[in-house]
Amino acid sequence: MSDARDTRTTLAADRRALLRGAGGLLAVLLAPGVTLYAMGGAEAEARAPGEAVSPKVRWGLLIDVNACPADCDACVAACRTENGWADTGHKATDPHWIRKVSVRDPASGAAREVPVMCQHCASAPCVDVCPTGASFRRADGIVLVDRHICIGCRYCIMACPYKARTLVHEPVHDQTADAPRGKGTVEGCTLCAPRIDAGRLPACVEACAAKGGAMLFGDLNDPNSAIAKAVAARAPARIRADLRLDPGVGYRGL
Amino acid sequence: MAKLAFQTLDDHSTPFWALIAVHVALVAAGLGAALYMEENGHIVTGMNNQIVWGLPHVFAVFLIVAASGALNVASVSSVFNRLAYKPYARLSGLLAIALLIGGLAVLVLDLGRPDRLLVAMTTYNFKSIFAWNIYLYSGFVVIVAAYLFSMMDRQAAKSAAFGKAMGWLAFGWRLVLTTGTGSIFGFLIAREAYDAAILAPLFIAASFLYGLAFTVLVLLTMSRETRDELMPEEMLGKFRGLLVIFALAVLYFTAVQHVTKLYSAAHQGVELFLLRDGGIFPLIFWLGQIGIGTVLPLALLAFAPRGTKGRLAIELASALFLIGGLAQLYVIIIGGQAFPLALFPGMEVSSPALDGAVGRYVPALPELLLGASGVSMAMLIVALALRLMPFLPKAPAGAVSANAAPDQGLGGSDPMPSGRAL
Ligand code: SF4
Ligand code: SF4
Repeated sequence: MSDARDTRTTLAADRRALLRGAGGLLAVLLAPGVTLYAMGGAEAEARAPGEAVSPKVRWGLLIDVNACPADCDACVAACRTENGWADTGHKATDPHWIRKVSVRDPASGAAREVPVMCQHCASAPCVDVCPTGASFRRADGIVLVDRHICIGCRYCIMACPYKARTLVHEPVHDQTADAPRGKGTVEGCTLCAPRIDAGRLPACVEACAAKGGAMLFGDLNDPNSAIAKAVAARAPARIRADLRLDPGVGYRGL
Repeated sequence: MAKLAFQTLDDHSTPFWALIAVHVALVAAGLGAALYMEENGHIVTGMNNQIVWGLPHVFAVFLIVAASGALNVASVSSVFNRLAYKPYARLSGLLAIALLIGGLAVLVLDLGRPDRLLVAMTTYNFKSIFAWNIYLYSGFVVIVAAYLFSMMDRQAAKSAAFGKAMGWLAFGWRLVLTTGTGSIFGFLIAREAYDAAILAPLFIAASFLYGLAFTVLVLLTMSRETRDELMPEEMLGKFRGLLVIFALAVLYFTAVQHVTKLYSAAHQGVELFLLRDGGIFPLIFWLGQIGIGTVLPLALLAFAPRGTKGRLAIELASALFLIGGLAQLYVIIIGGQAFPLALFPGMEVSSPALDGAVGRYVPALPELLLGASGVSMAMLIVALALRLMPFLPKAPAGAVSANAAPDQGLGGSDPMPSGRAL
């Protein structure tokens, strides 16, 4: 079994090398698709329409669990509004792009509320297993599902260790323009790619900031960004760090 | 040296027509269920975001695994040169293709977007084992078809080398195919139930058992239908022995799988869940897989009278092995998902997305119909092929050889020395 683990690690390393090599090509290939998201915002960070996603960037989140009160679900509510998902009345098949997980240590009794969404893994198992390539990782680290190619096989849901994806089990109505959803396809957190491409913050981060701010968003690769500085000062915790998937989401106070 | 002769099925009894009618009805119901699911979404099934692969996957994987095992008899006859099995080689190849098509049909019809089959066939992610399997499956059909051709075409059948080469190729391919199917689960790093290298050999052993059980059932049904002794006494004994060996192999690998995991601290939780605490899953495991699906048929085979009187026991045992196979895959596939993913190992967790909760799943009728229709589809393909082409042996070695006449049509005739013991 340790053999299997070793093979996996090597595979992951190979995969990363491959991805790095393919990064440039990927950026070119993805550019036409990505313009769909680009809204040509005026902010400094926004990409111009048609400009490729830069592989130099790695978007990430740092979430301070200690600053996240139990009774607050501003991030979840903002995500619902932004991306047009809602409870369906069927608990087991409800969509969840982001959720708050109550974690309690049975030994000490210490309790936490942890916002969990797609961790935008660098070595994303969902991307590796997807038969059609509908699950893909943008050059800037955002992991997305191409709703036009997804065949609804659910292999990515089986593969994701974070329960970050859900299948749309029923016909959907009232979709928002930036977040197409479709019965029979899989969905999950997009890190609000359309907003990021327009130079804005993800909806959850913006809503959280209004409540005091437990979330930090930015470019992990830019040494001058607040998130990179915070990460450099003290390494964040990762959920299931043992799986070594290099998630783009880190936590404090786990 | 008796000649090996084959026959087509051209006269059907009433019970046989009834069997065909049942299969046709089931296929129709399965297709209707698929349409219904596609129209309304997966909400009309028992599947949800915890159990994303339900009963259709159980049937699909079962049929695909059985397909590669069904090829056994042909492999044994040509790769290992056991001539006693030669009369069944054609049927074994046919059954392999039919079971695979049945399984794949179920898999495809259970997709969230079955209408995008074309996308699945034209857009590949070459890193995905799922995509690899599409090649493995289509390659299997092509190779087994070529293998059948090498046996059945008059010209081709003359070249022993061609037949032998195809036999080897098909044999190698089927091992890779079963490993590929097992690997689908091996890639799910976070699911503790699947984190075991033993799954690949377990799937191979299981394929031997299910494939042979299907072969035996079809042969015995056809014996009734043709009133020919398709399984003479000697073969009955051989098949009985093989069934016992394969069932013990599956049991052995199942034991290794569970025992090794019980002793690993990281996997104890999921093991106790599947074997003791998980409600329906331990029940299906102990009662379905072990009791009804292994111990009972083994006892039947052990205590049944020798010779032709044991025919009914062998038939019954084969059916029970298949039921055990479905139970086994139910526990692996659905039980493995029902055990909650551990995002925070050692912690108590809860969330609106049902983190930390055991997945609940009750199969809905459309799923059952779709899954079962895969079996029926395979059986209909076999029945149709038997009618169109000479797949069935006629008075094989050991039977009354007086009426062994060379057949007409496509059937090649191979020299057939009296059978060698395996
Ligand atoms: S969290 Fe899950 S869905 Fe998101 S990138 Fe990682 S594996 Fe994929
Ligand atoms: S459900 Fe869609 S995105 Fe997920 S693996 Fe299948 S095709 Fe890819």
